[in-house]
Amino acid sequence: MHEVSAILGIAHRDLVKLLRDRARLISSFAFPLILIGVLGTSLQAGFGTPGGFNLLTFVFTGVLAQTVWQSAALGVISLVADREQDFSQEMFVSPISRYSIIFGKIIGESLVALPQALAILVFGFAIGVPLSVSVLVALVPVAFVVAIFGGAFGVLVLSNLKSQQSANQIFPFVMLPQFFLAGVFNPIDNLPWFLDILSRLAPMRYAIDLVRGIYYSSHPEPVRVPLLDVPTNLAIIAAMFGLFMIAGTTLFVRSERNR
Amino acid sequence: MIQVVNLVKRYRKAERNAVDGISFEVGGGEFFALLGPNGAGKTTTISILTTTLLPTSGSATIAGFDLVTEASAVRRTVGIIFQRPSLDQNLTGEENVRLHAILYGVHSYAPAFRLMDAAYRRRVGDLAGLLGIGREVFDPVRTYSGGMRRKLEIVRSLMHDPKVLFLDEPTAGLDPPSRRSLWGYLDTVRRERAMTIFLTTHYLEEAEQADRICVIDDGRVVANGTPSAIKAALVDEYLLVDADDRPALLVELSQLALPHSGSGPFRIPLDGRRTHQVLRAIETPLSVVRTHTPSLEDAYLEIVDKPHA
Repeated sequence: MHEVSAILGIAHRDLVKLLRDRARLISSFAFPLILIGVLGTSLQAGFGTPGGFNLLTFVFTGVLAQTVWQSAALGVISLVADREQDFSQEMFVSPISRYSIIFGKIIGESLVALPQALAILVFGFAIGVPLSVSVLVALVPVAFVVAIFGGAFGVLVLSNLKSQQSANQIFPFVMLPQFFLAGVFNPIDNLPWFLDILSRLAPMRYAIDLVRGIYYSSHPEPVRVPLLDVPTNLAIIAAMFGLFMIAGTTLFVRSERNR
Repeated sequence: MIQVVNLVKRYRKAERNAVDGISFEVGGGEFFALLGPNGAGKTTTISILTTTLLPTSGSATIAGFDLVTEASAVRRTVGIIFQRPSLDQNLTGEENVRLHAILYGVHSYAPAFRLMDAAYRRRVGDLAGLLGIGREVFDPVRTYSGGMRRKLEIVRSLMHDPKVLFLDEPTAGLDPPSRRSLWGYLDTVRRERAMTIFLTTHYLEEAEQADRICVIDDGRVVANGTPSAIKAALVDEYLLVDADDRPALLVELSQLALPHSGSGPFRIPLDGRRTHQVLRAIETPLSVVRTHTPSLEDAYLEIVDKPHA
């Protein structure tokens, strides 16, 4: 009970911080809207439906998953900033389990990511992406799964970082390639073999495919868009989540105490 | 309450030990000061004692709990005021205190102050009143002065009734009035709760208030005892004398069985002898008489200023 209460306390802190940081609030909403509005619409206008499916919808589902996943991952990585501002000391000397600290952080950053998902859905509705009520209802828990998965990935990245500066430096290597390997904007069912291997290793791929699996089950296209079915994606995500959590937390705590 | 045996810490890739085999004990309810210059190993020691850093070798217990194998029990037992403030600037004072109470399992989570249990609300009110920040406690920490932040950290660290309170250079960066009021407050808290206080500082005047001082330098214990015992051990009182007729003075000093060293001027350690008695006993006309009776501060500076190997 104590641990659950502590997890809620840590998560609460993240949500409060977001609500008080207006600049972050605005920028976290603006970026995905630009991606969908500008990129999705222009791709659709330029290429039409060459693969037999609507590109705007494709980019919309991709950005929805990518935003939530990445927001949670980067949020967890912000524990590095806590360490620099020495707030993490306060958490790390408290008698709660290290897993609870990390888990609380993941829940908190997932809650921070969800309002963004909501904003994207509203925006999608406004620009004419077909969205049925059943899809909207199904997407809420799925977005939470995606966020928690992204948070666990953040833990793994975090465990190998020393400072906020190094966190900023690795972003182009860890996050940006996944945009393309995971197929946010581009179909990835026809990649050359070496990119295919990298793509299958990119965790974001399964988050995006999960969201598409849910979306396209209600709004099918003439061709099959998702790569794997929903249960398979969930199983892969669960396995990766466990791996990231255990490896990430162990490494993180060891690097904190074993200097 | 605290037992430290042969504690060693060498940071990874470091060439020498930051803490080099220190041992000491702190009794329950004692005010203990770990005194040393910057870089002596104070923060390293306190980090190990508060379980945020693993020792390279040696062992330590707090209230009978081993620091490495029973870290969680140790964490419940101690409170810590870090050298650098560890408040979340985005939260209000009360929210910082609330998170602490939740992390330590003193009170259960609730999403707002009004919804927290009555005992918690009463306690926050009392503590904030005591510190004179009754209204400000609901303001963001960002708006606090340095002294208020320190006080809030103390309030926070007392929420779980620690048996030992660690203070790592708590007055660094505070102006003298804030420093004085902070010590006044700590003194009250200590007397009310019979709490053990473990202070690290490089200010001698802060350490002099302690029941016991342990002086470390270069990761080693230089002196350990009550402030007066430390003074006796560290302070080297002697008389420096010289005469135009050095051979005669030398013979006389030997006849009087006065220990001396040097080949002129001669150094006569006082070791409890009175300066006046020594001088009266010497008949050879003296050309130089100088006394060396440093204060504790002089003695400390001598340790600290000596060139490091």
